[in-house]
Amino acid sequence: MTSESKSVEKTSKSSALQRALSRSWRRHWQLYLLILPPIAYFIIFKYVPMVNAVLAFKDYNVIKGIWGSPWAGTKYFELLFQNPAFITLIKNTLYISFYSLIVGFPIPILLALALNEIKNIRFKKIVQMVTYAPYFISTVVMVSIIMLFLSPRLGIVNTIAGALGFEAVNFLGEPGLFRSIYVFSDVWQGMGYSAVIYLAALAGVDPSLYEAAKVDGANRMQKIINVDLPGLLPAAVIILILSVGNIMAVGFEKIYLLQNPLNLSASEIISTYVYKIGLLNANYSFATAVGLFNSVINLVLLLIVNAVAKRLSNTSLW
Amino acid sequence: MSNTQTDTGRSRIRSSSTIRESWGDRVFITVVYFMLTVVLIAVLYPLIYIVSSSLSSPAAVSSGKVWLWPIDLTFDGYKSVLRNDQVLTGYANSLFYTACGTLISVALTIMIAYPLSKKTFVGRSSLMMFITFTMLFSGGLIPTYLVVKTMGLIDTRWALLIPNAIWVWQVIIARTFFQNSIPEELSEAADIDGCSDIRFIFSVILPLAKPIIAVLSLMYAVGQWNAYFDALIYLKSQSLYPLQLILRSILILNSSTGNMDASEMIKQQQMAELMKYSLIVMASLPVLIIYPFVQRYFVQGMLIGSVKG
Repeated sequence: MTSESKSVEKTSKSSALQRALSRSWRRHWQLYLLILPPIAYFIIFKYVPMVNAVLAFKDYNVIKGIWGSPWAGTKYFELLFQNPAFITLIKNTLYISFYSLIVGFPIPILLALALNEIKNIRFKKIVQMVTYAPYFISTVVMVSIIMLFLSPRLGIVNTIAGALGFEAVNFLGEPGLFRSIYVFSDVWQGMGYSAVIYLAALAGVDPSLYEAAKVDGANRMQKIINVDLPGLLPAAVIILILSVGNIMAVGFEKIYLLQNPLNLSASEIISTYVYKIGLLNANYSFATAVGLFNSVINLVLLLIVNAVAKRLSNTSLW
Repeated sequence: MSNTQTDTGRSRIRSSSTIRESWGDRVFITVVYFMLTVVLIAVLYPLIYIVSSSLSSPAAVSSGKVWLWPIDLTFDGYKSVLRNDQVLTGYANSLFYTACGTLISVALTIMIAYPLSKKTFVGRSSLMMFITFTMLFSGGLIPTYLVVKTMGLIDTRWALLIPNAIWVWQVIIARTFFQNSIPEELSEAADIDGCSDIRFIFSVILPLAKPIIAVLSLMYAVGQWNAYFDALIYLKSQSLYPLQLILRSILILNSSTGNMDASEMIKQQQMAELMKYSLIVMASLPVLIIYPFVQRYFVQGMLIGSVKG
């Protein structure tokens, strides 16, 4: 009797789901058809490549294809870890991304806090509009601007330095300067864009908190620390998590264009290396192994930071 | 000042502290204005310098005479850019990619975002996870390249339109918009009236979704106009190259020098230098011209996206 009722309950549960699904299908079959093309897109261009990443464990043969090629075990990963360039790649990738995070994360917050203090609407609008504009410049154009400005012969930076009595420097040929050039040109291009989120968060701060701060006789600095910063925190945590999740995915596009033989010792990162050995040298399996290693580290970093953020501030991605 | 006057009734200590605080605040706000002015100049100066250089004479540009305003105003740089077939083809290609790519992307994004916003759509949360997972993990460059190759898209225009057609972030933005601004009662009423989902989308949703369609279109269009990576890996024929790839070969790889006598060569080099500035302006112009008018849509888009849905 009891076992019978249990099994009835079980089947009724699964059949409830089935009923809900079939009801939803009857009601929304057109929508289910509508999502087919986008779903096909995600399967073909996102999930099939994930499965294709098995290539990292195979000796790729163009004629036999991915599944026909013989297994290679962890050969390519061993090749990667024993490669003397491996340490340099990891070091460069981490160095550039942490540098970018440490400089690039606080500056938009400071910009938003500063703009929030301004009562002159017109000045505020102008600063916002101008700082936001470089975001729309393409990577190719951005890199050409950097190259034109920093050119040792004709660049404006060296012209000014020359007028002040300094010797011309080939900025892009100095491995030691590469990271700073990358990071600060990024700040120049992106701070206004990133500040928008924080400005919105500041606009959403409860006005009564400012009133209370006024009554308590807080000055501007105290108001920023005690009212503005806590108001920014949730947005800042989310953005920090997302940036850490992108640590290993540091921008291929810009770094690849900024590279030259002179600065390569500081500018070769995992993604540019994958592109070169994979597509330029057609060493598919090895490049896939390097890429897979990168994706996994990335995912692990994201999960860790998300978990820490959840613990510390109750803000997380999911 | 007015503060201290209204406070005269209060104790002397209190009012004197108010004066000191407001003095400190005044210093503080002055520093803030000063810093923001520095930031403003630091961002604005390079932009002005580029535009001024593009309008100066080749000799002035290559001898470093340009500081702020154009020297020996000419349009020679622009004229030589407009005579360059490579650039014109690239421009036309980019216009095509931007128009078609945006259309495809926006359509696909709405096709997935709207159903995912409906509470009565069973399976939506697992589908959402299915989609957002692609943000966290990817197969990598080579496996994706091989898929595109298997599909026969290498060196075709489709390679720039399809493999990156949907950005997950845009799906999230659109879905949040549909959830927050289309009342559920609307579709219930339509349901009772026997209106099909498709008809409902065309006659009710799309007209209501104009703001989000604007946001999606602008973001996709700017992304498509500025992209070069997909073209770099998927395209081989120069006749298909988008503008950004042409720019790369002219601006960064310096790949346009011929053989000629010395004086002609110097002239040519100066011209090439000037052309770079004109090209930068021409390439960024379409986006920068529309930007002031559409800025609020961008801001709106970012704000919708930042609301956790």
